[in-house]
Amino acid sequence: MKKVLLLLALLVLGLTSVAAQDNVELRITWYDDGNEGTVLRELLDRFEAENPGITVIVDTVAYNVVLEQLPLQVEAGEGPDMARVTDFAAFRGRYLDLRPLVADAAYWEASFPAAVLQALRSEDDTSAIHGFPNQFTVTGPFINRTLFEQAGIEVPSDTNDAVTWAEWTDITAQVAEATGTPYAIAMDRSGHRFSGPAFSEGATYFNEDGTITMDTPGFRLMAETLIGWHTAGITPAEVWIGSGGSYAAAADFFINGQLVMYMSGSWQIGRFSNDIADAFDWQAVPNPTGEGGSTGMPGGTVMVAFGDTEHPEEVALVMDYLASVEALKEFSERTLFIPGHLGLGELDYQTDVEAAKAALTAFVAEVPKLNDQAYELQYGGRAFAINNPIRDRLTQVLTGELTLDEAIARIQQDVDDALAASGS
Amino acid sequence: MTRTGRLLRRRADHLLTGFFNGLVSLVDAIMHPLQNWVGVRGMAYIFVLPNLLIFGVFILFPMLLNFYYAFTGGTNLFPDQRPFVGMDNLTRLFECGDFLVPNSCREDLFWRAAANTFVFVILQVTVLVFIALVTALILNRNIIGRGFFRSVFFYPVLLSPVVVALIWRWILQQDGLLNALIMALGGERVAFLTSAQWAQFWVIVISVWAQMGFYTLILLAGLQAIPAELYEAAAMDGAGNWQSFWSITLPLLMPTMLVVLVLSMIRAVQVFDQVFAFTGGGPGTATLYMVQYVYVTGFANQTKEYGMAAAASLVMALVLLLLTVGQLRLGRTSGIS
Repeated sequence: MKKVLLLLALLVLGLTSVAAQDNVELRITWYDDGNEGTVLRELLDRFEAENPGITVIVDTVAYNVVLEQLPLQVEAGEGPDMARVTDFAAFRGRYLDLRPLVADAAYWEASFPAAVLQALRSEDDTSAIHGFPNQFTVTGPFINRTLFEQAGIEVPSDTNDAVTWAEWTDITAQVAEATGTPYAIAMDRSGHRFSGPAFSEGATYFNEDGTITMDTPGFRLMAETLIGWHTAGITPAEVWIGSGGSYAAAADFFINGQLVMYMSGSWQIGRFSNDIADAFDWQAVPNPTGEGGSTGMPGGTVMVAFGDTEHPEEVALVMDYLASVEALKEFSERTLFIPGHLGLGELDYQTDVEAAKAALTAFVAEVPKLNDQAYELQYGGRAFAINNPIRDRLTQVLTGELTLDEAIARIQQDVDDALAASGS
Repeated sequence: MTRTGRLLRRRADHLLTGFFNGLVSLVDAIMHPLQNWVGVRGMAYIFVLPNLLIFGVFILFPMLLNFYYAFTGGTNLFPDQRPFVGMDNLTRLFECGDFLVPNSCREDLFWRAAANTFVFVILQVTVLVFIALVTALILNRNIIGRGFFRSVFFYPVLLSPVVVALIWRWILQQDGLLNALIMALGGERVAFLTSAQWAQFWVIVISVWAQMGFYTLILLAGLQAIPAELYEAAAMDGAGNWQSFWSITLPLLMPTMLVVLVLSMIRAVQVFDQVFAFTGGGPGTATLYMVQYVYVTGFANQTKEYGMAAAASLVMALVLLLLTVGQLRLGRTSGIS
């Protein structure tokens, strides 16, 4: 009996070790804004059921880890097989070329914006496929409509298509004062978030000769607006001043009803649907208008595969699955994301929150208004040199370390140094 | 002890002796032939070899690599892909109109970090050593609950710097515990983390709180090594407490004080993790210190300038070296061995 048991044990051990050898384990580095990690996991569970030899592990990390640590891991050859990234240029040259591996490369080219596919490619390369956008985002403001109603003040964008930042600043300050709300207006601590309003005010970063000039009247005007919010004490200082050198969102202030107007973007819709629900009426309003029109910033996240993977064929299988119409349609409908896929047709967003549906419509309406400067900043491959200096140097103005003139000169120097160091 | 207890103890002793004898035999089986091969003198090198290997791999090699990186440019990580740029990085660091005005320097953040670190080191080390000394003097007396207080003062040393930072951030943030207390007492909310002066103040307070126990313990050991007879003799000669302190305690504690000073100063220059988790270097750059500058330049910025980061850490290492040598010389000239 003992011998039989021993034999059985050895057999089980042998079978499991063979199975372990056959099983391919892939890793995805991921971050969450809302429920997208849960949706991804469910999609991957289905993929794993259909592909028994492949296990996909999702490592969910903080957004800052994707920005700061993932580039180092990938550079050192210690990166994951796939990741969700926002800074496309940071990994150029390190991506896996999926073109020869995916089932139908033509599907990828037809389904995703050419600008996004190109933004992932190395210089001079026009054919490689490195990933796909799983979310398209547009920056824009949200308001707490209930506070306007309580204050008896009309929402200006209800009757006027072209409300300026100065007008919004005045009106939200009045609403905050009338309702005893701590803060009137706030913007995420991010150069990306700042740039949309700056372009609306007439700023242009990119010159026709390929150079970059940060000092423009429109840039100054928006910087002065941001400084004015802090001087007047109508914005939460913790966001821009109290966050050290990192990205910081003002979402919590808005969710907790402490903020009248919040400049962020479409990716907040899912979170607001869950966290605010019907605690108060919230609404996405059009980007304010200025000399440069009414533009936000395009953006979004891209699912990419890295060249150091030991299992390129299996990675391509996962990517093909996640990039399929069925998977992306479900992903977008359940996460309340604007899809990066061009052919999903009409989406049936899975939410009972009317504000979320209205906000999605409002942000989609912002897409045609995005200007060329905004697209160039997002997809031109030089955002890495521009966004953080704007954020960090303007913070120094807010703390009194620099004047606005000094800050703008420093931003220009930082941009030039970063481009020179990277050989751009 | 019962008979069974004695038997059990004897068996345990027997087992333990057997285990150690076996261990010694095993070590001897390896060391004996080794000693025959390298000789008695050579065995000294065999014994320090593991430590030397660890030192070489984790300290010496990275130091040499850092030295090499300081003279290279670009954003590539691997040394063979980095172009040699000579003194460019160091020249860029020292390109300054007036070294006391960071805004006049090309790398203004480096000089802001240097100035912040200088002020932090002076204030933090002074306050830390003073408070640690006073605490050690108190704990050296026969006070009630001396053991309890020794543990209480040492407890923060055991905490992770990130935990310390998060606890204090929770206390000091806009809607934190301290502001809630102030407002409950009828006061106005204080911007502890968004005012440069307050943030600098709290960074010092927290680092003193977190480290004081360690230095108190060292000073306490120094105090306990001073013979009690000296105080008795001084008292018989009519010396008061102050005279005893100035003429006996302080001079005899100086070697320990020197150790405390060197250690605390080195640690203060290297300040990073706690402050990074507490303020992130802000507001603005009010609590940006040298190590964070190196980290951000080399690793956190989207453009990773490893060469600049290496050059800055090279400068920092030189300053540390000068400080340590200076302190040791000062100790030697004043007769402290």
